[in-house]
Amino acid sequence: MRKVMKNAAVQAFLASILCILLGLLIGYIVLLFINPEGAWESILNIIKNFFTWSRPSSQIKQLGNTIAKTMPLILCSLSILFAYKVGLFNIGAAGQYVAGSCACLYAALAWGWSWLPCMLFAIVTAALLGAVSGFLKAYCNVNEVISGIMLNWIALYTANTILTNVKETASPYTLYLNKVNPGSMLPTAGLEGLFNGNTNVTIAVPIAIITAIVIWFILSKTKFGYELKATGNNKNAAKYAGMAQNRNIILTLMISGALAGLGASLLYQTGYMRWECTQSSVPSMGFNGIAAAFLGGLHPIGAIFSSFFIQHITDGGQYVNTNFYSSQISDVISSVIIYLCGFVLFIKLTMNKLITKSEEKKGAKQ
Amino acid sequence: MGTPHSSEYAIEMLHITKRFPGIIANDDITLQLRHGEIHALLGENGAGKSTLMSVLFGLYKAEEGTIKKDGKEVQINSPNDANDLGIGMVHQHFKLVECFTVLDNIIMGVEPVGAMGFLQKKQAREKVIALSEKYGLQVDPDAKIEDITVGMQQRTEILKMLYRDNEILIFDEPTAVLTPQEIEELMQIMRNLVAEGKSILFISHKLAEIMAVADRCTVLRKGKYIGTVETKDTTMEELSAMMVGRNVNFHVEKKPATPGDVVLEVQHMTVASKVHNNNAVRDVSFKVRRGEIVCIAGIDGNGQSELVYGLTGLEPLAGGRILMDGKDITKASIRKRLTSGMSHIPEDRHKHGLVLDYSLEYNMILQTYFESRFTNRIGFLRRKNIREYSDRLIEQFDVRSGQGSITPARAMSGGNQQKAIIAREIDKQPEILVAVQPTRGLDVGAIEYIHKQLVAQRDAGKAVLLISLELDEVMDVPDRILVMYEGEIVGELDPQKTTQEELGLYMAGAKRDEVKDE
Repeated sequence: MRKVMKNAAVQAFLASILCILLGLLIGYIVLLFINPEGAWESILNIIKNFFTWSRPSSQIKQLGNTIAKTMPLILCSLSILFAYKVGLFNIGAAGQYVAGSCACLYAALAWGWSWLPCMLFAIVTAALLGAVSGFLKAYCNVNEVISGIMLNWIALYTANTILTNVKETASPYTLYLNKVNPGSMLPTAGLEGLFNGNTNVTIAVPIAIITAIVIWFILSKTKFGYELKATGNNKNAAKYAGMAQNRNIILTLMISGALAGLGASLLYQTGYMRWECTQSSVPSMGFNGIAAAFLGGLHPIGAIFSSFFIQHITDGGQYVNTNFYSSQISDVISSVIIYLCGFVLFIKLTMNKLITKSEEKKGAKQ
Repeated sequence: MGTPHSSEYAIEMLHITKRFPGIIANDDITLQLRHGEIHALLGENGAGKSTLMSVLFGLYKAEEGTIKKDGKEVQINSPNDANDLGIGMVHQHFKLVECFTVLDNIIMGVEPVGAMGFLQKKQAREKVIALSEKYGLQVDPDAKIEDITVGMQQRTEILKMLYRDNEILIFDEPTAVLTPQEIEELMQIMRNLVAEGKSILFISHKLAEIMAVADRCTVLRKGKYIGTVETKDTTMEELSAMMVGRNVNFHVEKKPATPGDVVLEVQHMTVASKVHNNNAVRDVSFKVRRGEIVCIAGIDGNGQSELVYGLTGLEPLAGGRILMDGKDITKASIRKRLTSGMSHIPEDRHKHGLVLDYSLEYNMILQTYFESRFTNRIGFLRRKNIREYSDRLIEQFDVRSGQGSITPARAMSGGNQQKAIIAREIDKQPEILVAVQPTRGLDVGAIEYIHKQLVAQRDAGKAVLLISLELDEVMDVPDRILVMYEGEIVGELDPQKTTQEELGLYMAGAKRDEVKDE
C-alpha cells in the first residue's frame, strides 16, 4: 500500500481528487451560509451540469457546449505548464490569449480571411506578445510575472480598441462570424453529429488533444525538452552545461504564448462566443489555465481531464437555483473550487510528509 | 576546577540507537565526556557523527539509550533543552548575522533588557570583554561580521557559547576554514577552555589535529561504535584503521611529472567580484602544461571560485586573456570551451554539477546531449544509446546507486554523485581538466579514488588544474602549487621542497614573492 502511495502518478491523481472534494465541500458550506434551503440542490446541480436537463438529447447537446469551451482551457493550461516546466510562471498567458482573440476575430471580421489563416495569425500574435515578456526577462531581468500582468492589461484595452471597429452598432459585442464570414469558422468535420447537431463542437477538439500529446512528446522525448527541463530544474547547471539560457527563455515564452493564442482561436472561431468590447477585466480563461495545469498534475495529458472538469463546474454554476441565490453565486462556487485546485502541490507535499513519518515510526518499531 | 562534580562525566550518551527508514544511523553508541577534557569524535562522512550530535541537541529522538548530565538522566527534546543544560555548539558553517556587529551576534536571543524593553548593551559589552580576556579570544566587539576574518568569526561563535555560560562545548569540524596558523591559535584556545573547567567535544576527521589536542578519541564507523582510545596511547595509523576499517594509503603514489606543451595559458586575468565593489581576481597569470597537475591553493574566499568562473566562462572577464592550445578563448561561449577540450568538475556539485531531479543517465549526458550519438536528426533523444553510455560509465567508474541509470541524482550519496560527475568529465577526454575541490565532503576511500583518477589523467598526457582548500591534498597531489591570496597569486611552490608551515605563511598573506611568468 505504501509503495503504491509513493508512486508519483498515483499521488498526483489522489491529490487532484482530494482538491476537488475539498473545493466542493467549501462551496457547499458557502451556499449553506447564504441560504441553507437550496444549498444541497444547488451544489448537486453544479456537479451535474448538463445532466440537469431531463432529456438525453438536450443533455448531449449541453455536453457539446462544455466540450467546446474545454478546448481553449486545455490550450491555456498547456501554455502555463509548458512555461512552468522551464521554471517560468507565465501569468501573461491571459494576455496572450486576449491577443490571440483579437487577432483571429479582426482577421475574420475585417479582412475576411478563412479559418486557417485566422488561426495562424492568432498564434503568431500571441507568440510575439509572449516574446516581449521573454526579451524583458532574458535581457533586462524583468520578472515574467510582473511584465505578464502589465501586458495583460495592455493587451485587453488594445483588443477592445481594435475590435470596436468590427462590433455591432447597437451592442458592445463583435459581429456574428456566421453572418459576416462563415468561412472563418472552424469546420465541424461531422463532429456535430455526435452531439445532437451542436455546431459548437468543431475540429478544435482533435486539435487540442493532438497539441497536448505533441507537448508531452516535446517535453519528455526530445533534446529541446531535455534542455528546457534542465533549465527549469537547475538553471545554474544548465548554464554550466553550456545551454543557451536567454534563447531558451524567449523561445519558451513564445511557445507558451502561441499555445494561449491557439486556445483563443479555438473558442472564438467556433462562433460560440463573441468579444465584448467594453469589458474591463482580462478574460478568466488564461487564469483558469493555471488551476487546470496544477489540477492536472502539470502533465499535458492530465491537463485534458482537469480542463474538462473545471469547465464542467464553471458551466454547472448556471444551474444553481436563482430563487435562493443571485446569479453571481455560480461564479463564487466555481472560483472556490478552482482556487482549491491550485493546492494540488501542497497536498502532494503533505501526503509525502505523512508517508515518511509513518515509515519512520514503522522503522522505529522494527 | 575547584567545584567537585557528582559524577566523573559531564555528559554521557549511553547505548544510543537511532533508526531511519532502511538505515541504522546510530547503532548502540556510547560516548562519555569527562569534565575538563577534550574528547574527539572521529568518523568518515556517514559514520553517524551528525546524527549523534542531533540526538544530543534534541533534534532527533533516539529510539533507545539514555543521556546523562553529571550522572543524572535527562530528557532533551529540543535545542532549548540542550541550551538549558549548558550544551553549546560551534557549527561548521557559522550561524552569524553578517551585517550585525560581533557584540550584537553574541547577545542575540539573550539580550539584556532593562525597564521599558530597552537594550542594556553596556553590561553585555563588559561581560564579553571580560570573557575574551579570560580565555584569550581576541575580538573587536564593534566590528561587523562581514568585515572580520574567518578566525575572528569563529571566536565570536565561541564567545556566544561562553556568554550563555555553556559548560559543554561542541566544535563541529572547526578547522576546515582556517589557516595552519589559525588552527594553532584555535588549539591553544581549546586548551585554555578546558583549563578553566569547560568540557569540549571535538568533531573531526583530521587525525593530526586530534592527536595534537584531544585527550581521548571515540571512533564511529558506519553507524557503529568502534571504540574509545587515549590519544597518548595510540597512533594516527591506528586511528585511521579504526575509522576506515582497513589501512589507507595516505600518500598519493605517482611518478615524477613530465610536463609537455602548454595547454592553458592565462594572461593578466581580472574578474570582478559579485559581492564587493572590487575585483575578486587581480591580474593573475599562469600556465598549465600537458602531463602536470597544477594546484591553486589558498584559504576559501581568496578569489579561487571567481578564477574558475572566469576560466570556464560562467562569469565574464574584466580584463586579461585566456589561451587554450594557443587559441584565444577569452570571449568563447561556455559550450565552445566545453567542446574544444575543457572539462570542469565544479566546486558545488548541487548548484552546477547536477540536475538533481534528473536521472543519473540524464546527468551523464549533461554537456553532450546534443551530440549525434544522443540526439537524432529531428531532435529526439536516442534513449537506447543514452542508457548504454550511462551503464558503461557506471560500470567503468564504479558509480553506485539504487537503481543504476534510472536512479534520480537526488537519491544518490554525495560520494557517488561526485563519482558520476568525475566519470562524465573524464570520459570527455579533455585536454585540460579543471577540478575544483573534487574531494570536498567525501570519505577517505573516495578521496583516494579521485586522487588516483587525477594522476591517471596527468599520466595520460592531459593537463590538470586542481583548486583545493585541503592542505593534505595540496601537498600530496600536484606537481606545482600556486598560492592565491586576496585575488593574486603570491607564490609558486614545489610540493617536494616546501612545508605546510611555509605554505600556510603564503596562504595567510604573511609571505609573498613576485611570481615570474616564466
